[in-house]
Amino acid sequence: MKRRHEETLSGYLFLLPSLIILTIFIGYPMLNSFYLSLHKWNGLSETKLFVGLSNYIRLLSDNEFWNAAKNTGVFTFAVTFGQISFGLIIALMVNRKLRGVTFYRTVFFLPVATSTVAVAVMWVMAYNPTIGIVNYFLRLARLPTPQWLQDPNWAMPGIIIMSIWKWVGYHMVIYLAGLQGIPKIYYEAAELDGANKWYIFRNITWPLLAPTTFFLLMISIIGSFQVFDQVYVMTRGGPIKSTEVIVYYLYQHGFRYLEMGYASAVAYVLFAIIFIFTLVQFRYRRKAGFYLE
Amino acid sequence: MKTDKKFISSSLHWLLKDGYTKLLLHSLLIFGSFFLIVPFIWMISMSLSPIEKAFVYPPQLIPNPITIISYIDAMSLYPFGLYLFNSLFVSSIVTVAQLFTSVLAANALARLRFPGRNLIFLLILSTMMIPEHVTLIPAFQIIIKVGWLNTYYALIIPFASRAFSIFLLRQFFLTIPRELEDAARIDGCGRLRTLWHVILPASIPALSALTIFVFVDRWNAFLWPLIVADEERMRVVQVGLSRFFGQYGLLGSQWPILMAATVISAMPIVILFIIFQRRFIQGITLTGLKY
Repeated sequence: MKRRHEETLSGYLFLLPSLIILTIFIGYPMLNSFYLSLHKWNGLSETKLFVGLSNYIRLLSDNEFWNAAKNTGVFTFAVTFGQISFGLIIALMVNRKLRGVTFYRTVFFLPVATSTVAVAVMWVMAYNPTIGIVNYFLRLARLPTPQWLQDPNWAMPGIIIMSIWKWVGYHMVIYLAGLQGIPKIYYEAAELDGANKWYIFRNITWPLLAPTTFFLLMISIIGSFQVFDQVYVMTRGGPIKSTEVIVYYLYQHGFRYLEMGYASAVAYVLFAIIFIFTLVQFRYRRKAGFYLE
Repeated sequence: MKTDKKFISSSLHWLLKDGYTKLLLHSLLIFGSFFLIVPFIWMISMSLSPIEKAFVYPPQLIPNPITIISYIDAMSLYPFGLYLFNSLFVSSIVTVAQLFTSVLAANALARLRFPGRNLIFLLILSTMMIPEHVTLIPAFQIIIKVGWLNTYYALIIPFASRAFSIFLLRQFFLTIPRELEDAARIDGCGRLRTLWHVILPASIPALSALTIFVFVDRWNAFLWPLIVADEERMRVVQVGLSRFFGQYGLLGSQWPILMAATVISAMPIVILFIIFQRRFIQGITLTGLKY
């Protein structure tokens, strides 16, 4: 009996530091955020005004919010598609090499290890219409040279390209791990049967990579929906709100306009969207059993 | 039709014959690597060029003459030395704190049995599904209430424990055989001693991967530090960098300094990455979580 009590006590004592931190800084804020979203509050005054669901109603009828949602959607779609396709293609190429794998892996992963802010600063310079290297190379190739971050039509594509550039190495690494998990026997058997490379890819590689692809799809969608750093550094949501994304919209309303209640509502809506994807991903991971290990 | 298809596929087959394949692959990969490395090279090149020459067009690969004046300016005229220290300090302390709290928590969750254990584990796990921005405002309010705005506490304490680290270590601890623990018990070790002398040494791979992961994650963090530590003396490098445009304007003459500052901000992690590459990648593939 005494032993059981001692074990319980030890257990809880060991958990205590973590439980305290997690409860105070995640558990409580999680609930408080919803509570705040039902109020109007500037973050400073003692009183909060209860407004029920009017923040949510305002959100749904705000054009600027829908613009941000649209921008976020476009960003997510383009970046996810780009990251995964290029990640896969590069992984397929690198996977066949015997020499230089480490070199390519290092080079492609370098942008991933660098902070988004640093990468964003690099690309702000690179996108400079007159002196930046992007337009320099475009001129060399006799292609048109847009104004990039100063042009409402090109700012978002610019951010999209930079984001794909940053994360493609991550997708490559994950796909490499997935590719290496495919038993060589399948390839050998297929080659014995005289199958060509495209056939092998379509009927062996791609289906066996499905869990990896699904995983990367979820990770990419969830991450892209929360984009903020590069938008803040590169365009502050402009020009003319062409790059304003949901988290930036949230930041503006919460910390610039001091509409903490409204911003909390935005946060919850975004959370709801992401939560669906997170849940799907979690469920699938547990079912598939941590296949990457 | 059928002969057409056969013709196409056999041509493709010829094209993809081994010799050509290797050449094609290598060229594409080199091209891809080029595309990925050029912005870095340009940044370093610009950071090493004298201010008058920084705007040479077309861009020059190797500046003439090479000068480190921009780095000196970044650290002295602008407070990047201070920002660097802040980042280093905060990232290190958080890493140590998370290791400490996660080892204890994971130990309890993996090796001890007590009522409510599984429920607590699920609750902790669920915090992993909560994105940063949902807890942002209330967490910010807490920081203000306890007077931690613009202090190291605000940057460190909220991250002293994280579900991800607990989860990772718990999974790893589960793989350590009971016999090791039993042997230690027989030798008279209490829980803490067993932990220190037996379990931790056996967990070095997981601990080192986690160390790198947490350190890098905190070093690269932006939104939270932007909100709670924006006073100049408290800024971390990421915030300092982002503020460069707004606060100091961006005169042409400052480009090299900005580039030097960016190199300073990114270099520690890049170096860490190059040295600990395998652990880095190991950590990523083990967990598949972006940072």
